[in-house]
Formats: sequence, structure tokens, C-alpha cells
Amino acid sequence: MTAISSMSGSRMAMHRRRKRVNTIALALAFAAMAFGVFWLIWILFETIRLGGGGLNWALFTESTPAAMSDGGGLANALYGSVVMVIVATLIGTPIGIFSGIYLAEYGAKGPLAGVTRFINDVLLSAPSLVIGLFIYELIVVPSGGASGWAGSVALALIVIPVVIRTTENMLNLVPHALREAAYALGTPKWKVISSVTLTAARSGVITGILLAVARIAGETAPLLYTALSNQFFNSSLAKPMASVPVVIFNFANSAYPNLQRIAWAGVFLITLGVLGLNIAARVFFRNKN
Amino acid sequence: MAATLPAEPALSTAKDSGGPPERRHNAPWGDALFSVLAHAAAWLTLAILAGIIGSLVIGAMPAMRQFGLAFLWHSDWDPVQDHYGGLAMIYGTLATSVIALLIAVPVSFGIALFLTEMSPRWLKRPLGVAIELLAGVPSIVYGMWGLTVFGPILATYVEQPLQRAFGNVPVLSTLFSGPPVGIGILCAGIILAIMIIPFIASVMRDVFEVTPPMLKESAYGLGSTTWEVVYKVVLPFTKTGVIGGIMLGLGRALGETMAVTFVIGNQSQLSELTLFNAANTITSVLANEFAEADGLHRASLLYLALVLFVITFIVLSLAKMLLMRLQRGEGAKS
Repeated sequence: MTAISSMSGSRMAMHRRRKRVNTIALALAFAAMAFGVFWLIWILFETIRLGGGGLNWALFTESTPAAMSDGGGLANALYGSVVMVIVATLIGTPIGIFSGIYLAEYGAKGPLAGVTRFINDVLLSAPSLVIGLFIYELIVVPSGGASGWAGSVALALIVIPVVIRTTENMLNLVPHALREAAYALGTPKWKVISSVTLTAARSGVITGILLAVARIAGETAPLLYTALSNQFFNSSLAKPMASVPVVIFNFANSAYPNLQRIAWAGVFLITLGVLGLNIAARVFFRNKN
Repeated sequence: MAATLPAEPALSTAKDSGGPPERRHNAPWGDALFSVLAHAAAWLTLAILAGIIGSLVIGAMPAMRQFGLAFLWHSDWDPVQDHYGGLAMIYGTLATSVIALLIAVPVSFGIALFLTEMSPRWLKRPLGVAIELLAGVPSIVYGMWGLTVFGPILATYVEQPLQRAFGNVPVLSTLFSGPPVGIGILCAGIILAIMIIPFIASVMRDVFEVTPPMLKESAYGLGSTTWEVVYKVVLPFTKTGVIGGIMLGLGRALGETMAVTFVIGNQSQLSELTLFNAANTITSVLANEFAEADGLHRASLLYLALVLFVITFIVLSLAKMLLMRLQRGEGAKS
């Protein structure tokens, strides 16, 4: 009798210990979750507090000011960012989509597809600074100087892997029966891909493009040596071009409050734009599915 | 789905002829062109990688000839004497990434545990999106925030108290020595941790979710607590995926540029091994010095970029292989 009660006592102790470990672990997991969300809220809060105050119309109508002067804005940088992001998306998206088509519809299990898939996943996380250096050697040096084109191509190289990944994933989700039905009607392969599978996967592919745009809109490193910056309004892609992230980088360490105000306003705009695109992509994808 | 089928052209050809429909010749070159484009795009992806490595090797060649592999373990970075060694930056890159992993791995594990086992269903999605948005915040924003907001707070509330508390303890005093101004390896490491948490956490969450419910339910049925199920069933089952996710985060941390450049302090000399000192990473020295560099200086910077690319390539390849192995295993079991 005593043996049994002591055994159940030790069992109870063990049970309590397991309960305790469980409670502590779950509390820590909860704390980790709170920790993660805490940073997001803090960063957003500071962005709004420090950047929201610097917003005014001049930001959108005037170009970046010289060091000592007052006023000025980000018009040239906003224009440069928008143009380079659009050009980069226009260059990168078709290449990415065709590569994705190759992986899903042509190569599938072949050796080239395996290697491409692997390399693509590495490029997806490759340091963007190194991509900038590559374009510097490839375009800036031979062409004799930094230009908006070089910046756009550098950004396009970041778009490509993102679009390849989502395109392939989305094409793989399209049921095979749909392809077979189209083939059975005598449809040529290119027509099957362009008007059946790609159309069925459309919303996913567009989501991928939106995410790629969000990614490059905030990129600084690949533009540092390719597009450089430009203090004046410049609409020619053949010349150095300002962009919001690079202007922020140049102004951040400045001692002049005016430049810092503009840098923070830039941070606000870019965070708003990038997170807005991220959320838009998710909402779009969910509504379509 | 049916609406996406190209029903009309097929109908129109069948309608007006009694016999078999005529073969349409609206684009006989369509198939060939499409195939060529798809193949070319795939080859282009490979060409980009080859181009990156090739251009770095060519650019770094003068420095490779001059310093050879000794570049990797010499720490004198001296543009005046035109003599370069990359150890200080390689150390800075590794040190900040290790600090980032030390913080990010347990936190990400906690987040994945919370999202898969604890969170009420309605909270899962918003919390998951919030963590993913943390990955969406541009790195320049982290940099600005780290420089003007987080750095000073870190200095006042963490670094200075740590120095006061451990100033006389042998090992810790060295670790915590240096100017407590909130700019340096510790600050960069913490910010990197915040930046890679979303990557590691989302991989962990995804692999935790593919654990067969049967396994988990069996363990719960035997009376396991939630922690025991996660630690003794889910974690061993998803081990390779978890390590893959951590490697992915490491790859990100190694290559991160702008956020680190803002808060690392740009100091290319290797000093004693302290957490608070200003330092340089491979990426930050490239961001700061490449514009003014020429000759051997530029070649040395490209040599560093090549080292960085090779390290991240290896880390990311390992990550990818581990994650692929998990996927294959999953396919075999189901």
C-alpha cells in the first residue's frame, strides 16, 4: 500500500514537472511571438512619427536640395524610383515567366530544369550588393558611367528569381486534366500554355510580380554603383538617376536637419509603398482564390 | 476553371465544315518560338550566376595575384600603403551573423510553435502576415531606424548597464568593453536578427505544418504535453527542414548590406574581440568604399565580394539541399 502511494506520489511529481515545463515553454513561445510583432509595431510607429511629420507638397514637387539649403523634396528620387522599378519589372517579368514556364512545362524533370531550379533558389537569396557589382562590371564600366538603365537591369536581376519561383509553383498547381483537355482539342503547346495553364495560374503569377515589385522598390544596394544618384530632375535613363533608397542613404548621416527630415519622409513613403504592395498582393491572391 | 478554356476558336472551326476541322495555321511558328524563349530564359538564369562569379573573379584578379589566399587571414586594410587583408571584414560578417542566429533561432522556433500549436485559428493568419511583413520592410528602413532610434536606446539601456555590471568580471569585461554608443557589432547583430526572424520562422512554421497529424495525435493520445509533442515528435521529424531554414536565415544575414552599413560604425581595423566596438562587414566596406576605390583597392574589395558570394552560395546551397531532402522524405512517407 505504501509502495503504491509513494509511486503515485512520484508520478504526481513527475506529472507536475512536465506540466511546469510545458507552461514555461508555451509562455516563452508566446513571448517570442510578442517579440516578433513588437519590432514590427515599433518600426512602423517610428516611421510614422519621424517620417510622417516631414510630409508636405514640396516633397512631391521639388528636387533634392543641396546640403545647406532649406526646403526641397524628393520629386527626382520618386520619379527615378518609379521609372527604374517599372523598367526593371518590364525586363525581368517576361524572362522570369518564360523561365518558370520552362521549369513547369518543358524541362520539368530534366537535368537543366533541376540545375536551374537550384541556382534560382540560390539567386533568390543572393546578396543584392553583389548583383549591383556584377552590373557595374557588365554595364557601367563598358558604357562609361552610371545610368538609370544599369540600375534598372540590376533590379531586373532581382525580379527574375522571384517571378520564376512563383510562376513555376503556380503552374504546378494547375491540374493536369486541364492541359490534357486542351491537348485533346488539338491545341498547340504554346496555345495551351499561354491561354490555358498560364491563364489558370494568372492570379498567382500576378501576386508574384507584385511581391517582386515590393522587393525592388526598397532595394538600395544594387543601385549604389549602377544608377548612383542625381541631385537634379532627370528623365533620361542614360544618365545617373536618383532613387528614394539611395537618397535616404546619402542623407541619413548628414548633419543638416533639413536633409534628415527629407530622408525620414522618404523612409515613410517607401515603407508605406512596400508594405502596401505586400498587403495588396496577399489580398489580391486571397480574393482570387 | 471552365471559363478559362479557349472554347470559341475550337467551336468556330468545327461548326462550318462537315468533315474533320481544318488544321489552323494562325501561328505555325508559335510552338518553336515559345519553346526557344522558354529554353533561352532558363539558360539566362544560369548565365546570370556564371556572369556574377566570372565578373567578380576577373575584377578581383589583381588582388588575388598580389595577396593570394593569405588575404583571408591578414587583417591590415590600409588604402594608404595599398596593402590589403580581408580578415577584419570576414570576422565582422561572421560575428554579426552569429549574434543574429543566436537571437533569431530560438525566437523563430517560439513563433513557429505559437503559430502551429497555440494560436487560435482566427489569429493565425494576421500574426503570420505580421511576421512576413517584417521581411517586407526594406533594409534601408531598418538602417535608419537602427541608427537614429534603436542604437541610442541600446546604448543607454543595454550597453552601459552591462558595462557597469560586468566591468570587473574577467571574460565578460573584455566582451563588453569598447565605447557603448550603440553603434557596432552588437547593434548590427540584433538588427540582423530581427531581419532574418521572418525567414527562419516561416520555414519552421511551414515544415511544422507538414508533420503528419497522425504522429502528433498519437503523442497527444499518450498524454504528452504540447511542449513534449513539439520537442520530441515534431522537431525530430522536421529536423532537416528546420536546419535548412536556419541556413537560409544565415545566408540572408551574411549578405545583408544597408541595415548593417548604417549601424556597424565603418571601422576596418581588427581590434580585440568585443561586442560594442565599431567594425566592418564585407558588405558595409563595399557600400562605403567602392565608389572611391581604384586599382588594387578596388580589386581587393571585389575579392571580398567574391569571398562573400562563395560563402553565401555554399550556405544557401546547403539550405536548399536540406529542404529538398525533407520534401523527398515527405513524398516517400505519404
